[in-house]
Amino acid sequence: MLKVRVIPTLLWKDPGLVKGVGFDSWRRVGTVMPAIKVYNTRQVDELIVLDISATSECRVPDYESIEEFSAECFIPLTVGGGVRSLEVIRGLLRAGADKVAINTAAYECPGLIREAAEKFGSQCVVASIDARRNSNGDHECFSMCGSKATGKEAGAWAREVERLGAGEILVTSVERDGTMQGYDLDLLKRVTDGVRIPVIASGGAGNYQHMVEAVTLAGCSAVAAASIFHFTHQTPMEAKEYLSSRGVPVRNVNVHGGSR
Amino acid sequence: MSVLIVDYNLSNLGSIRRSIEECGVSPVVSNDPGKLKTASRIVLPGVGSFTDGMANLREMGWAPALREAAMEDRIPLLGICLGMQLLAEKGEEGGTVGGLKLIPGEVRRFAPEDSSTRIPHVGWNEVWKASGNHLFEGIPDGSDFYFVHSYHFIPRRKEHILATTPYCGNFVSAIGVGNIFGVQFHPEKSGRPGFQILKNFLKA
Repeated sequence: MLKVRVIPTLLWKDPGLVKGVGFDSWRRVGTVMPAIKVYNTRQVDELIVLDISATSECRVPDYESIEEFSAECFIPLTVGGGVRSLEVIRGLLRAGADKVAINTAAYECPGLIREAAEKFGSQCVVASIDARRNSNGDHECFSMCGSKATGKEAGAWAREVERLGAGEILVTSVERDGTMQGYDLDLLKRVTDGVRIPVIASGGAGNYQHMVEAVTLAGCSAVAAASIFHFTHQTPMEAKEYLSSRGVPVRNVNVHGGSR
Repeated sequence: MSVLIVDYNLSNLGSIRRSIEECGVSPVVSNDPGKLKTASRIVLPGVGSFTDGMANLREMGWAPALREAAMEDRIPLLGICLGMQLLAEKGEEGGTVGGLKLIPGEVRRFAPEDSSTRIPHVGWNEVWKASGNHLFEGIPDGSDFYFVHSYHFIPRRKEHILATTPYCGNFVSAIGVGNIFGVQFHPEKSGRPGFQILKNFLKA
């Protein structure tokens, strides 16, 4: 049976590992490399590393650093931030990324998702959607690291990126981000109901029950989290033990220090 | 031991190179098919579409050279993910295209009957052995490996199936004929059981 993945998200700004609240108030929580080494040793299911300032600074990703990260990472690695052309995608895959997350560029040039899927295969194209609830109760997509309204409704945009060829969708609630109050299940459900590709829940996880809900109530295939791992004693392994105890299939539970 | 990783301009070569290094061997990443002659192991990785993969293998001269190395020189060859699929006679990703024709069979898109089955098949799933091949030596049956794909290899002959995985029914997650092997999962991204597969291949 396909297992539900628990994915730590590492946000990377300048040389540091950061975490904010509502895509703001960034706080430095360490450096990226040691975090990757620790998660690799602990055999987490997957890692997402997002360079949160590449797009706003209009620069290409730091391929050398990505290459260093991937050299220590024998688990799947998704890289995002500044992914605005096929050349950048090729560069990231060459540097060791297994998947690339495309966010802002997808709104500016939806053809990029299609071309990337045709060239490199849908399996390495992750559409990243950042959304926030507006006054009408709709979930509106935001680009540029949560700062620019796009006018797109999250469910409709998810269907569009699926149609263009994305292989997976990472959905982040901007207002829940960093709050640890739980994922925006309504947002997640709007996305999972409309598409047939896997959806990764992101933004708001504060405890393991939140992760169970993203899977059982909102139909997500994976749960991503950051604050819970940076600021509390909760760990990906314990999260999986909890998920397993609630009937959610996970990998490597109760096999500490080894894989089965 | 000289391990050659085939660089045909499509793949994430860093992870597979590093994984083989972790197994204690320094592989050579090469875009020169002429180097196959001196290799004692060949790894054909792959991320991308079947059509682009075959186009690149042909343009760069890999296709005939790989056939010769695998069929005549009998150098052990491991195809990973798209690299496994390219071993087939044909694939249907991006139109029907001929493959390397090293293992009889074809590559088709998953066609789930159940609308709740999401495609691509992404994540960790079990690998159950179908035969006692040394590629899986020391790996407990049902171990989880990392997958990310929408297409799968349908071999013409049952005896070529080394392992299967429960998704969309059961699909073939590892194949082998003599010195030629293919795995649909990513051993370089599958932690310890992944390293074990690579070690077994290098020992083969």
